[in-house]
Amino acid sequence: MKRLFILVPLAAFLILVGFLAAGLRHDPHEVPSPLVGKPAPAFNLPRLDDPQLTLSAAGMRGQVWLFNVWASWCAPCREEHPVLLKLAASRIVPIVGMNYKDQRDKALAWLEQGGGDPYLASVSDVAGRTGIDYGVYGVPETYVVDKAGTIRYKQIGPLTEQILVEKLLPLIMELKAE
Amino acid sequence: MIPEIGHFSLVLALLVAIVQGVFPIAGAALGKPAWIALAKPSARLQFVLVALAIFCLAYTFAVKDYSVLYVASNSNSRLPLHYRVAALWGGHEGSLLLWVFILNIWTLAVSFFSKQLPQLTQARILGVMGLISIGFLLFMLTVSNPFERLIPAALDGRDLNPLLQDPGMVFHPPMLYMGYVGFSVAFAFAIAALLGGELDAAWARWSRPWTTLAWIFLTVGIMAGSNWAYYELGWGGWWFWDAVENASFMPWLVGTALIHSLAVTEKRGSFKAWTVLLAITAFSLSLLGTFLVRSGVLTSVHAFATDPERGLFILAFLVIVIGGSLGLFAWRATSVGKGGSFSALSRESLLLSNNVLLVVAAASVMLGTLYPLFLDTLNLGKISVGPPYFDTVFAPLMAPAVFLMGIGPLARWKKAELPELVVRLRWAFAVSLATAICLPLLLGRWTPMVGLGLFLAFWVFAASVQTLWLRLKLAGLPLTGRLRSLTRSWWGMWLAHVGIGVFILGVTIVKGFETETAVRMHPGDVAHLSGYDFVFDGVSEVQGPNYTATQGNLRVSRNQREFASLHPQKRLYTVQNMPMTEAGIAAGLWSDKYASLGEALGDGSWSVRIYYKPMVNWIWGGCLLMAAGGALALSDRRYRIKRKQEAAATA
Repeated sequence: MKRLFILVPLAAFLILVGFLAAGLRHDPHEVPSPLVGKPAPAFNLPRLDDPQLTLSAAGMRGQVWLFNVWASWCAPCREEHPVLLKLAASRIVPIVGMNYKDQRDKALAWLEQGGGDPYLASVSDVAGRTGIDYGVYGVPETYVVDKAGTIRYKQIGPLTEQILVEKLLPLIMELKAE
Repeated sequence: MIPEIGHFSLVLALLVAIVQGVFPIAGAALGKPAWIALAKPSARLQFVLVALAIFCLAYTFAVKDYSVLYVASNSNSRLPLHYRVAALWGGHEGSLLLWVFILNIWTLAVSFFSKQLPQLTQARILGVMGLISIGFLLFMLTVSNPFERLIPAALDGRDLNPLLQDPGMVFHPPMLYMGYVGFSVAFAFAIAALLGGELDAAWARWSRPWTTLAWIFLTVGIMAGSNWAYYELGWGGWWFWDAVENASFMPWLVGTALIHSLAVTEKRGSFKAWTVLLAITAFSLSLLGTFLVRSGVLTSVHAFATDPERGLFILAFLVIVIGGSLGLFAWRATSVGKGGSFSALSRESLLLSNNVLLVVAAASVMLGTLYPLFLDTLNLGKISVGPPYFDTVFAPLMAPAVFLMGIGPLARWKKAELPELVVRLRWAFAVSLATAICLPLLLGRWTPMVGLGLFLAFWVFAASVQTLWLRLKLAGLPLTGRLRSLTRSWWGMWLAHVGIGVFILGVTIVKGFETETAVRMHPGDVAHLSGYDFVFDGVSEVQGPNYTATQGNLRVSRNQREFASLHPQKRLYTVQNMPMTEAGIAAGLWSDKYASLGEALGDGSWSVRIYYKPMVNWIWGGCLLMAAGGALALSDRRYRIKRKQEAAATA
């Protein structure tokens, strides 16, 4: 009995190794999503800059847009922020932000600290309800939505220049031409 | 030429490490004195070779030799000298070299300060440390060579990541590594004891000072990192539960458990197998941390360049070292005799509960850190686990641990009486409860978390005072004699525990009462926060060695009395064209006034963020007290006496 008990640490470690080994073959940034190809879930949420105003998914119909989920408590968001700022400056595609499970003052401060606001507007999802509709796993996440309001791509984890140039921009150009 | 000398001495170091890792252990098993005698000379020779290598790399940085890839990637001709030297550990390859160098420092120290140990044990310990060194040297020479040439040479370097250009970079990584790698000594002692089948109190006695020393370094290293994040990142936070922070925190938690468990094993002979397991775990977590940071299985703000080949190498190394030692543990630990028995309420049982809580806390940190990886591997999706998880899980685990910490030093070994403990601690309990209720009301805000935090902090203080009082009363001598009757190791324990209280107090007050404001400020504007007035005098341009900065100038006053000025900067590091913020802080015992500069808003006004952080320095002060407690325990008489005996024996 004692013998078995003493094997527990070794067994636990070997299980951990299995996960670590498998983890090496996964890219933590790349994820398939069941939502790709489905209509973007509707929302109508107060805007972060002015909670009196609201913004809805329906309001974005007719154009290709990006939906970016972010939060001031999310460290990787800071990493992708400059990429978003650059994209916003190029005016290729409007970016709608969703400030996820966050506090308004912290979120506003975060934008200010991070070097600016890349978003057409950000909406506040304080309770995370819209996040559930979108199946937000972790923050940041970015969705590409086409003119008909269908999600065409989902990025989990921070956007990088590489992903932007290799994946997002070609897709956006294609969708804009549709 | 110099880089080649460095490279070559690493190759030689590997060969020496193989000698050091194989012959002494084999010699101990086969009874060959000539092989055993190789342990010390090879350990010392390896130290000289690795020191030569690290000196060569430092020299290459100092003379700006951009024909070496690592130097070209991590420094720049305009980088000041102290950062050029610190850039040595600014990237993956160099920090590995630092790792090996520090392992060699510890090995060298063991080779000099282990004369009291039996020859066989010494040989096994040095052998185990040699085996660890083999792994890291091989790793460096195969896939992470810091001396790799860049041909043709770069005209100038790509510069050290601006985030790392900070005095913190000079101290934090070496301290942290001294702690991480220091646990290899306790690990090697444990493995040597398992190999020799001699798990007795002597083993615990030898391990204790080494473990304490490593723990001191780790404590100071983590503290320095947290303090660095606080003033460098410019968001006023001091701990982010980032994967890499967690990687340093897990060994700390287990190391703390180990220190306590070693005390029981030494004094009472109990918990032997558990102590060995903790020694293995503490070092294993240090290795796991190394793997997590470098393999790219997790994302982190500290991420080094990731490379699956490197990940695979470290994983294989982990399997051999951790798997091997846990296997050895499973094979040998059953033969470990039982120690003295103890009842359900005794100092042993309290220490064991504390141990379990610390280990469970470490496990929960590990779960949070690796959870995204588990789900990902099982195709259950991707998540990121943020501070909400850690805050929710950590506080309920630590609260009972801290509560028990107040009781532990008062309880008797073997069997304690509950009524006696209750009587002894009722005043401490009453005082802390009253403080928890009243103090927040005086400060103007009562929340359950503030109440709990204050209760725990004052519980630690009150129980510590009570313990001291009883100790002095019991000794039954005149006061000076009573004070002398307390050993330095007892005072060390006492001080470290008070440090925990100071730390908790700082965390509670800063979390409960910090305030912040974001304001648009025109030169001459005044912002008000928590009774302080901040006058904005506009910005000025500052030229750094390798950056240009816009510096905001603020004057802080309270009741019309001006007492500090703040100079937050927005820097642009010209080589990497990377903006950085540098907070302006007026630090104080009771509060920090903290400002960071936002964006220019036209017409000369700027967005400025101002934070009022009450008692934030107590957080780091508490850590320093813990480390000081460790140092005090190390200076205890019995260790000094041993030194003297040793000196006498060799003379």
